[in-house]
Amino acid sequence: MATEPVILRARGAVQVRQIASRISRYVFLGATLVGVSVLLFLAYDTINTGASRFGIGLLTEYPSRFPEKSGFRPGVLGSLWVMFVTVLAAIPVGIGTAIWIEEFAPKSRLLTIVKINLSNLAGVPSIIYGILGLTIFVRFSGMNSSILAAGFTLALMVIPMTVIASQEAIRQVPPSLRDGALALGATRWQAVRHNVLPNAVPGIMTGIILSISRAVGETAAIIMIGGFTFIRFDPGPELSEILNPAGFWDGLNEKFTILPIEIYGDTINSKLAFKHNAAAGIMLLMIGVMTLNLIAAVIRERFRRY
Amino acid sequence: MRQLRTESREQLSILRPEPTISLTSDTTAEPVREEVIREPSEETVFRLRDVGLWYGSKHAVSGISLNIPVNRVTALIGPSGCGKSTLLRCLNRMNDLIPTARVEGSVEYHGVDIYGKAIDPVEVRRRVGMVFQKPNPFPKSIQDNVTFGAKVNGIKGNMNEIAEHALKQAALWNEVKDDLKKSGLALSGGQQQRLCIARALAVQPDVILMDEPCSALDPIATLKIEDLIRELVKDYTIIIVTHNMQQAARVSDYTAFMLAEEHGLNGTLIEYGPTSEIFTNPRDKRTEDYITGRFG
Repeated sequence: MATEPVILRARGAVQVRQIASRISRYVFLGATLVGVSVLLFLAYDTINTGASRFGIGLLTEYPSRFPEKSGFRPGVLGSLWVMFVTVLAAIPVGIGTAIWIEEFAPKSRLLTIVKINLSNLAGVPSIIYGILGLTIFVRFSGMNSSILAAGFTLALMVIPMTVIASQEAIRQVPPSLRDGALALGATRWQAVRHNVLPNAVPGIMTGIILSISRAVGETAAIIMIGGFTFIRFDPGPELSEILNPAGFWDGLNEKFTILPIEIYGDTINSKLAFKHNAAAGIMLLMIGVMTLNLIAAVIRERFRRY
Repeated sequence: MRQLRTESREQLSILRPEPTISLTSDTTAEPVREEVIREPSEETVFRLRDVGLWYGSKHAVSGISLNIPVNRVTALIGPSGCGKSTLLRCLNRMNDLIPTARVEGSVEYHGVDIYGKAIDPVEVRRRVGMVFQKPNPFPKSIQDNVTFGAKVNGIKGNMNEIAEHALKQAALWNEVKDDLKKSGLALSGGQQQRLCIARALAVQPDVILMDEPCSALDPIATLKIEDLIRELVKDYTIIIVTHNMQQAARVSDYTAFMLAEEHGLNGTLIEYGPTSEIFTNPRDKRTEDYITGRFG
């Protein structure tokens, strides 16, 4: 029989360490709550202000002098078409660059410089891309302030992010798969095409979607290239033009605006009632971005293989 | 300079004049080679002369000269870091994938130097297949795993038949014939490794390189692979790297023992000959020490 009971309660130095540990938990919870609460407050404030104007009318109505009749139809369509061009332009260039860097590039100083610059480019302020787009696409290539020019400008902006995300995804594919294919007599490209890319696609898709959700809210660069317009027509190809290449091309060369700019336009309108419209527009944009992020999360979880 | 051996050299000194022994410089050491390096009498698949490999400025393997016989199992043994896997990967140019790797000397495959100018590594690898240390099936169906090599090499024919034939050769058919659509990753480790062997066989290679194929497997799966190796050697030339000396003794016809001066540097060939001789009557003291477990 034990004469003295064993005491396993924390005492002395152990107790002090445990208290510090418990406190640290609340410190870090607090740090998290700062961000979350700001976000929640913003969301609450936006919904509170915009709920009265939120409805299908936002998508169907053109901007108007009368806040109760004003909608974001040209902006929504403009944003969709600009994103369409951005995705088409950024995906091949982004994935292609990532494949070259990860699979084909000879290890050299040039490669190191390219890699470092990619990370730098991803951090360049968007207004700089706007100036670049204005110079290259709007002026030099004579695209004027069109959907094409905006799409290409945003493509320039998201390409570095797409490349980095794709590189990351390609690097996640176990080298043993590539080696296995090569050892069977596959060429470099066959190994990439059949073994590396299929396994990198979920990661690449996630990266692209996240880049797009950044681009869709981009305002500064688009204002720079002349997207701050008040238009009362549907920018981009009409439904009837979608299957007609010439009409489609003309549509992409039209003047346009985008949703974030229309929202901005509403916030600076002298009629105070437009602030409800702006909030409703923000809700629209938020729903769009959150949907994109949700899709990215689903893809990421669904295809997690290794 | 390496320590000179005395015992076995005395035995052979009646056969030929006393040579200067140097295991690293090869031209002068030719007579010595015949002593500790006993070339097989069979037809040669690979003829290595003075093969060395550099990783950047590190000399991983140097001065390897040996002939690898057709339709035999040749085992490469030696302690970790002696360069045996590196040497194996020289034989199908897998070292090409390491940017800093550089091969010297000549590796002749049926008389053709595979590091020659007009040689396409893809052609080399189609003829010289490889099975890796860790089973690495593709995340595809069993069927697609097996037919992948045939497809990328443009081999015509009924893919189902190719898959069935290869799986039967790899002694896996009976276990998987009912679910060929199942993912290769769903198989057990031993089955995965046999799937990888089937995959290599489906491109109709001539030689199969095996880089410690059983090191990730349990003893029963290991035994199955070893039986398979003995079966396959009737039709193929097999070169196997192994850490397991019993395995080398069980499956191989010839054994090459390698040793590095220091870990990962300057791996050289110490002794090469019929497995039975290497294991029962090693001529080099270091071989004897290694196979009796005194070092390594």
